[in-house]
Formats: sequence, C-alpha cells, structure tokens
Amino acid sequence: MTPALQVRHLSTTFGHHGTPVTAVDDISFDVMPGEVLGLVGESGSGKSVTLRSIMRLMPHHSAVTGSVLWQGCDLMTMTEAELRRVRGGEISMIFQEPGTALNPVLPVRVQIEENLRAHTELSAAGRAARCLELMDLVGIPDAKRRLTQYPHQFSGGMRQRVMIAIALASNPKLLLADEPTTALDVTIQDQILKLILDLRDELAMSVVFVTHDLGVVAATCDRMAVMYAGRIVESGPVPAVFAQPNHAYTRGLLGSVPRSGTERSPLLSIEGTPPGLTSRPAGCAFHPRCAFATDLCRRESPALQDRAAGQAAACFHSDRVIAAGLAGS
Amino acid sequence: MTEMKPLLSVQDITKAFPFPRDLLQRLRRQPGQAVHALNGVTLDIRRGETLGIVGESGCGKSTLARCLVRLHDCDSGRVLFGDTDIATLSGAARRAFNAKVQMIFQDPYSSLNPRMRVRQILTEALSVHRMRPAAEIPARIAELLDLVRLPMDAADKYPHEFSGGQRQRIGIARALAVEPQVLVADELVSALDVSVQAQVVNLLLALQDQLHLTVVFVAHDLRLVRHISHRVAVMYLGKVVEVGPTEALFSAPLHPYTQALLAAAPEIDPARRSRRVAAKGELPSPVNLPQGCLFNTRCPLAFERCFKERPALPASGDHRAACHLTQAEKE
Repeated sequence: MTPALQVRHLSTTFGHHGTPVTAVDDISFDVMPGEVLGLVGESGSGKSVTLRSIMRLMPHHSAVTGSVLWQGCDLMTMTEAELRRVRGGEISMIFQEPGTALNPVLPVRVQIEENLRAHTELSAAGRAARCLELMDLVGIPDAKRRLTQYPHQFSGGMRQRVMIAIALASNPKLLLADEPTTALDVTIQDQILKLILDLRDELAMSVVFVTHDLGVVAATCDRMAVMYAGRIVESGPVPAVFAQPNHAYTRGLLGSVPRSGTERSPLLSIEGTPPGLTSRPAGCAFHPRCAFATDLCRRESPALQDRAAGQAAACFHSDRVIAAGLAGS
Repeated sequence: MTEMKPLLSVQDITKAFPFPRDLLQRLRRQPGQAVHALNGVTLDIRRGETLGIVGESGCGKSTLARCLVRLHDCDSGRVLFGDTDIATLSGAARRAFNAKVQMIFQDPYSSLNPRMRVRQILTEALSVHRMRPAAEIPARIAELLDLVRLPMDAADKYPHEFSGGQRQRIGIARALAVEPQVLVADELVSALDVSVQAQVVNLLLALQDQLHLTVVFVAHDLRLVRHISHRVAVMYLGKVVEVGPTEALFSAPLHPYTQALLAAAPEIDPARRSRRVAAKGELPSPVNLPQGCLFNTRCPLAFERCFKERPALPASGDHRAACHLTQAEKE
C-alpha cells in the first residue's frame, strides 16, 4: 500500500531576534490511507507547527524546508492556486479552540457554505441540502434552526462539531486535527473522538491527530509518533509502543500517567522541564532529563532507527530502556 | 470503621451568582437570573485523608473549594471547622482559621504576584499570620524551599523566572508557610505538562506523609484523582451525586453519571478500546436547572420519579449515591 501522505525531512525555523530557532527539526513520517496517526508531545515539542507546516499555514517570517508528498504532488512546491484546491478540499484541518477558529459574526450556515462554494460545484439548493446533511453527520440536532445561529449560541462541544462539519464539507481524504478535544470536558471529548472515528470509517479518510493526552492516543490512534524538542523520538503501532517503549522519553511519559493498581505510589516522573526553543541542549535533546544518558548522548544526536515490532526510536540506549521496563524508577 | 469526627464538615451549602437584572426585568419587577453553582452540597472531610472532588467544568467544584477556605460565603447551609461555623469567624479567629486551611490555586501564572520575589511572597504569608519573629524568617524560607525541592537561590528570583511546575511549587511553599492542617488544591497540575504533573503529584504525596496534611484535591482528571485520593466525591451541576472510597467508587460506581464519566475517560491501555459513546447530550445550563434529578436530561435509566423528585445523598454509609434507582435497589 502506498502512503497517502509522505513527509520527508520537514524542518521549520523562525526568525528570533536575528538568530533563527528551529521548531521542527528534520522529521519524516508516513500516513497510510484510512489510518489514524497520533502525533504526541508536550507543549513546545513542535507538534502543532508540524501540522501547520504541512498545510503551509506558517507565517512569513518562518522558513519551511523538506517535502510533503500528497498523492504524488509536493505541497511545498505547489503554487498558491494549486494549494488552495488541496487546502480545505482534499486535506482539511480542525483546530484546538473552536471558540476562536470560527468567525463570530457569521452564522454557521455561511461558514459551512463557504467551503462548499470553494471546493464543490453544488448549486445554491444543493449547498443548502448539503449543509443540513453535514449537520446531521456530525450529530447536531435541530439542524435547520441551528444553521442560522452564530457560534456564541453553541456550546464548546457543539462548536467543535461545527468545525468538523466545515472540515468535512468537501469530502476530504485527510483530516489534520490539532488537539480537537483539549478544550472539552471528558464526556464531550468522548463523543467527539468517537464521531471522528465513525467518520473515518464512513468516509475512508486518514487522520493525523495532534495531542498531548496519551489516553486519547490509546483510545483512537493506530500508529503514533512521539515528538520531543522538534524531533520524532519514537514511532510505531500504538499497542507496541504502549507495551514496550524504546525511547527513555516515551517511557517517562507513559510512566507519568497514573494507572490503576499503583494508587498513591510515586509516579515514574521525568526530572526537569522540556527545553525552550532557544535553549535546546547539544547531542540528544533529552539527555539532561534522561536517567540512561551517557557521554555519547551529550555529544551526538541519535537518528531514528528501526526496531522490532514496527517501532523506530532515536535513542542510543533503547536496549537498556526496554530492560528497565515501565515498573518503578 | 468507626466514624471519626470530621475535620471539615460541609452541611447543605448553596451558592448562586446572580446576573445583573436587565431593563425589562427591572421594569416588570421580576427577579434576576442566577448561576446556581452549588445546590445543596453535604460532605465530610476526615483528618489525614485525601478527598478527591471530580466533575466536569461548571459542576461547582471550584466554587466548593473556595467556600471551604471562605473565599466565598455560602448563601445557605454552613461549613464547620471542628465545631465552629466558619462564617461566624472574624478578626484573629478568622486569621487563625485561614492559617489552618490553605488553598493552592490552579493557574501558576496569575496566582503569584509578578512584582514580588519569592522571598517576599513567602515572607508576606509568614508575617501576616505572625508565624515567626522577623529574625527567624530567613531560616524558615530556606526550610520551605527545601521542602518543595527548590534550590536556595530561588528565594531571590521573580515568578517569571520559573517554569510552570516550579511556580506551582512556590504556590505550595506559600500555602505550607503557615503550617496548615488542610490543603485545598484546585486543579493543582492541570496547567502543567504531563511529565511535570507527575513531579508535582509525587511531591504532594510525599509532603502529605511528612506533614500529616489533610488534602482536598479538586480536579477534572479522573486518573490523577484515582491515583492520589482515599475517597472521592463526584459532582454534577452543583450537587455531590456520589461519594465513596476510591477503589469502590472506581470499580463499582453507583450513579449513572459516575458510570458515564468513568466510561468516557480514555483508558491508557490501547487493548481496552471501546467505540460506544459513554454519555449522550451535554450539561444543562446552571441558570435553568432541570426539575427533579439534575442528571435526568442525559440519564439512560431515568424513569418517572426522576423527573418529579430530586434524589438526596443518603446521610450515612461509606459509599453512597444520590440516585432513586440505586437507592431502590438497596431497599
């Protein structure tokens, strides 16, 4: 099977008082048709910038290099006109904060129709019918009346459904979701996650899911890529990575989440805090916080290497990490 | 287990935040509307325990936390600390109460004064409560920083020089400065990254053992609450719908809302994935509360009685729920 999306050597740098800082540092990954890929990391790890770089939504003072192959075409070298067809058409995006991503002064109907007008040949009547259909699809009751309302008349969960309706209007083949449930309560998050999975099955889309919540990854993703300080440090099928992390950071991250059966015992925490964009350490960026670090880690940055069970890890000491396991620190 | 006398006892408290009346309401002499944040909460907090309070946004858990430390006065009902109603306290007695029941706030960015050094922040707490003579304050500050595992040079820095996790440690040090018996932690770690959350949670557990603290841990993260609490209270629309020992509540939840909440929280184990939606619908507005049971708009098991009569939390029992159905089963 050929991947739907191939990201190769993607790097994004920003100008920062004259000295450029690297937010995303040479990352490569594939998304298969119909697959849900989770991009996991803490704040500042570059996961959202990766998503925006793929869609070329980065501001002018940033520089993006590398290639993003979408069905054989490189999104990085497309003209604006070609890109407009893909963006919001074949590839759609939903954002974290539905309150700010929607236009507050336009009724919801206009915002969904905008996408239909840009990416479909539908007539006015056809668009109106499609709007109703989309509202049903994302589970907003009383669609006819709700279409005439403004975003502030919707609850957080309902706004996120509206955003998904807009994203799906053009029958996308790839959905990029940037923390779509982080602002929502757990019962509403549960509804939205399951909606996205149902829509994936129904419409045969691929999904890239950016999140910091490992529970969300466990519940929804097929494969995952863990990011730290702008790089992918580990990737693989979700069950394999959860069962046996190959990178010390993934191990620490999984250990930081409380599990049942270990109540009131110390969690396997990671010392220190993630490095800022301007102060990334030399060598492996994780070494100052890593219990397995050696001189080699302080000197050289490890490359992402294939391991067993379809996993890959950028760690010199994967074997020691595996041996240490997830129990205790 | 013998019933020990609770350290803090919340008795049927209510709290509403009224909206200003609009012109029409004033012309018609109608009463204004209000957000009903707490609708009769009864809860005991036992000495030495960690009581977790969970619920979704808008369920009143933060309002309850603020009522416990008397940052809000409740509209009706009372909060007893030992035998005293905290609403009656004033002057030195109120200050003494405040020293015994301390709060740590959610947002590590806005809860510390950006123009004060850590030393000043801690000194203020110590001198307001006259905990130490001035000469002993520097030693006490060193002790506090050590307690929360911050380096000594932290005392002369400003809050902006610290990361979120370190700032929460400063918040903890400030609360501990006055040697409290009870810590009320409102979403202590929800603003922090996962790896940093674990550090702060580990610190809280260690401090609790070391200082014999009673902790009220308010959070929306069920995994965290399960990890650190001895007992858990689940809130929905300003009421406690279920309370019980952590293990019992998580393994055999009684209330349909608790069951939905637990099912909705994603498991950390990819093998235990479910595609069934746990709870349909959304939280009703706390301005216009539903008649009868507050959960009846979303409850899959609701029957006639649930729409007429609001179930109360049974007065006794270790594990209890405010639900007609579970109460009927027990009888």
